[in-house]
Amino acid sequence: MASTFWQSTVGKKIVMGVTGLIMIGYLVVHMVANAKIFFGPEEFNAYGHWLRVMGAPVLHHEWGLWGARVILLTSVILHGVSAYQLSRRDIKARPEKYVHSKPRMSYATRTMRWGGVILGLFIVWHVLDLTTGTVHSGGFQEGHPYQNVVDTFSTWYGNVIYIVAMLAMGMHVRHGFWSAAQTLGAGNRTRDRAFKALANGLAIVLTVGFISVPVGVMTGVVS
Amino acid sequence: MKLTLRVWRQKNADTPGAMATYELDGVSQDMSFLEMLDILNEELIVKGEEPVAFDHDCREGICGACSLVINGDAHGPERTTTCQLHMRSFKDGDTIDIEPWRASAFPVIKDLVVDRSAFDRVIQAGGYITAPTGSAPEAHATPVPKADADYAFEHAECIGCGACVAACPNGAAMLFTSAKVNHLNVLPQGSPERETRVLDMVSQMDAEGFGGCTLTGECATACPKGIPLFSITSMNKEWLRATRKVKR
Amino acid sequence: MTSYSEYTEYTVGEPIKDEQAPSGPVHERWDTRRFQAKLVNPANRRKHSIIVVGTGLAGGAAGATLAEQGYHVIQFCYQDSPRRAHSIAAQGGINAAKNYRNDGDSIHRLFYDTVKGGDFRARESNVHRLAQISVEIIDQCVAQGVPFAREYGGLLDTRSFGGVQVSRTFYARGQTGQQLLLGAYQALSRQIAAGGVEMHARTEMLDLIVIDGRARGIVARDLVTGKISTYFADAVVLASGGYGNVFYLSTNAMNSNATAIWRAHRRGAYFANPCFTQIHPTCIPRSGDHQSKLTLMSESLRNDGRIWVPKAKGDTRPPAEIPEDERDYYLERIYPSFGNLVPRDIASRAAKNVCDEGRGVGPGGQGVYLDFADAIARMGRKAVEEKYGNLFDMYERITAENPYEVPMRIYPAIHYTMGGLWVDYDLQTTVPGLFAIGEANFSDHGANRLGASALMQGLADGYFVLPATINDYLARNPHKDEVDASHPAAVEAVRETEDRLARLLAVDGDRTPDSFHREIGELVWEFCGMARTDEGLRKALDRIPQIREEFWRRIKVPGTGEEFNQSLEKANRIVDYLELAELMCLDALHRAESCGGHFREESQTPDGEAARKDEEFSYAAAWEFTGTGAAPVLHKEQLTFEYVHPTQRSYA
Repeated sequence: MASTFWQSTVGKKIVMGVTGLIMIGYLVVHMVANAKIFFGPEEFNAYGHWLRVMGAPVLHHEWGLWGARVILLTSVILHGVSAYQLSRRDIKARPEKYVHSKPRMSYATRTMRWGGVILGLFIVWHVLDLTTGTVHSGGFQEGHPYQNVVDTFSTWYGNVIYIVAMLAMGMHVRHGFWSAAQTLGAGNRTRDRAFKALANGLAIVLTVGFISVPVGVMTGVVS
Repeated sequence: MKLTLRVWRQKNADTPGAMATYELDGVSQDMSFLEMLDILNEELIVKGEEPVAFDHDCREGICGACSLVINGDAHGPERTTTCQLHMRSFKDGDTIDIEPWRASAFPVIKDLVVDRSAFDRVIQAGGYITAPTGSAPEAHATPVPKADADYAFEHAECIGCGACVAACPNGAAMLFTSAKVNHLNVLPQGSPERETRVLDMVSQMDAEGFGGCTLTGECATACPKGIPLFSITSMNKEWLRATRKVKR
Repeated sequence: MTSYSEYTEYTVGEPIKDEQAPSGPVHERWDTRRFQAKLVNPANRRKHSIIVVGTGLAGGAAGATLAEQGYHVIQFCYQDSPRRAHSIAAQGGINAAKNYRNDGDSIHRLFYDTVKGGDFRARESNVHRLAQISVEIIDQCVAQGVPFAREYGGLLDTRSFGGVQVSRTFYARGQTGQQLLLGAYQALSRQIAAGGVEMHARTEMLDLIVIDGRARGIVARDLVTGKISTYFADAVVLASGGYGNVFYLSTNAMNSNATAIWRAHRRGAYFANPCFTQIHPTCIPRSGDHQSKLTLMSESLRNDGRIWVPKAKGDTRPPAEIPEDERDYYLERIYPSFGNLVPRDIASRAAKNVCDEGRGVGPGGQGVYLDFADAIARMGRKAVEEKYGNLFDMYERITAENPYEVPMRIYPAIHYTMGGLWVDYDLQTTVPGLFAIGEANFSDHGANRLGASALMQGLADGYFVLPATINDYLARNPHKDEVDASHPAAVEAVRETEDRLARLLAVDGDRTPDSFHREIGELVWEFCGMARTDEGLRKALDRIPQIREEFWRRIKVPGTGEEFNQSLEKANRIVDYLELAELMCLDALHRAESCGGHFREESQTPDGEAARKDEEFSYAAAWEFTGTGAAPVLHKEQLTFEYVHPTQRSYA
């Protein structure tokens, strides 16, 4: 069963679709939670604390968080490995280009691969920056996410990296969400407009939602 | 009309090919694209050169033999087969690039002719209903709702030309495979083999070296018979359903 | 007489008779024959191999069915895939005497209509069997998943077709042939996967190997590598289609050809009724000299379109500017009761006549109008669109004219060949072990085929008739000896084939294969097309040997034989057309009567209708080959009609 899935291009694509949806779900939650930054350090830091005690008293300290991290990490890895393997396969299936070639697919479709790579690199940076603090600018303070965020977005490169990555994320979600619907067999002629609208809506809301944080810092709304 | 043709010439599968340029005069608007190539070939033969090899047969848009990429489009600028494309779609003085289908599952045999036997093997893997001759029940024994019959027909229209593969940036055969899966899987006659059909055909499709689907939609845009992109969605659904039902 | 080639001579040999159809009531003959036929033990079947040439409706169905029965099938097609055989282009539908409409149809009525439609030149036993089997075909195709048109209740829809009074035609939009062929192709694919069929695509049969008087194999060329190989089996089945491409312009596929049947004819199979060719009245006219093939428009268009030409000769005004009283609705005028719905041959000939008078329309004056203005006024554009939308679109794509606004232009074109290899009731040719099925044989349509009957015959032969009768041959003719490529007959056949191809490549003349094809085609169309005369046929018979001579002097085939070489393929097919054309004209000349698709101007009624001469010509003409350019031998198979008594057709 698992091997049928993993060996098939269709199966791998389904893996990508499911993991993609998991990540989109996460992004929605993440974005909503990010909005708390506009209500001051206490509220935001309290949220950071809650992530650690999530599920208490049933779950031990940070178990919930680690559970989520494992799911997300697995999703990222499965998504990335599938994408890598499928891309390799696709390139091999079409080694020769047409002499007369013209761009035709939508921008979002064409940028899925590079957009995905950008997002992968961004996630690494983002974790090292705001979770572990390894590459954080200015002193990283465990338990003070509000300050850490403000620090990051007080540097020009922090803003550039983040905003570029969020634009890539928007594009990726736009084609990815609609694609996942097709891959999982949910799309059809009558529902297509709805799926396309939902994909566009999600992409826009997520992009705007995430970008609002650095913009908030830059404009001094958050400081 | 006077045209400049840039045509892919390749002696055989083992020899590298290149574009060659030909000037062609006296082309009429009423000619079909292939008739235009006929004229070129007649001129080449008389000059003692080898004519351009290309696949073609019925020339009425149904056999699926013709297979040219014209100015980067599978079957050219109109939504039809190459044989039904007419020169009135071009202008005097145009330069036209003519190339073969490109996909590693469709190796070039000569010039513009490619080997599409991979499609046959995908069908052999399960694109049929097991109904040996003589075993059939009375035709009216199983009514088929009109909507299902129409849906089956819409997918059965596929002519197996391979334009979907040629147009796909990944050289994927999803539209071709899904057309047959959906044609047979929607019919009551096809339902006993519903799961094995989709699993086997998809696995053969992969084994032939076709790429995966990234849902760019190029296949459906190129399809001369208008097989919809959602055909792929439905096949994915069938495949997912089959993996749940069949223990392998 | 002496001024013409000697070839117009022929000798009359022994009559030929079908020995296989049992006597007794016609409706029991097939059952009787099936019971009498010897069977091959299922365990022994895999030891028998059968070669099938062609993968159309007949060949595809036969290959699949024989493999299902356990035989080892070795199958060939020149196309890159068995799915592309030209059966795929059939539009209209397939007849079957199901009587689902309760409109008085029956097996006997289909039998009657087919014999009568064939103008009493077909064998009653065969036609009755075809009508009987028709009902099973529909069952078989539905079980395979052929998506026939259905009604809202989920049951099969039928329509009336080709002027018959019952609705017995099953269809899948305008693509019935495609859907039926894909059904057969899928059944064949299943057997290829199961190992029962060894499929050789892009491989063309170039000769038949006859050993000890029996068909034992073929010589075939791999069209990709150019390699010439021999294949051996216990029986050979030709399902290679008709020979309409001898006319150059026809509705056949570009590569459909007569080589398989012609080579078999040269090896001893009699060729029957070659002059019986069918011309379809509603094709899109040629647009210029570049025309490479003709496209058919479904006959159903005549149900609502009105056919006309200007009354005056050379009237070049656009159709809209020609007032009503200056138009000649000639079919309605000459045949008031049938009007635009007269049979194919009559409609075709009438179109030719008005064009010969100089009243034709469009480029070259080779066309007549098929006008939907009245239908649009009567039914509304929407209703016309619903009924004929895809045909109108197709017409517009090809001609760039909008048939909703400008009348369509149509002209007759060669469409089907009723003649073919002579076969007995078992579909066996005069070479034991060589069978011919589908359009390749002459068996069921007489002098004229009814609409929607070609698909029926192809599938009947392939699915049901041949698989039953070939058992009998194999059971009665066990082959003790294994033959291989070293057999002198095989060596000889290969050598002849190689010599022929080498010769074609060696001439290095100045004319292309197409130029010869076009020349022979135009000649045959002119003199052996819609209307034939003694004088014209003699002219053609005089000219053909000259073209043949010129061909071998001036043909130019570039490249080599050891590669993919489409010019060589073409040239080699033309070699056979150059001989077949001669036999067609000779057959047409000797048959000094009009019947079905064969209209001899000398034989017509006072009002210009075809006049059959039953006393002299109630036979099938089976020709025996004696050598290129040599006088063939005519063997007559006398036809008797016990059930459907010959009457003269009348459509006035």
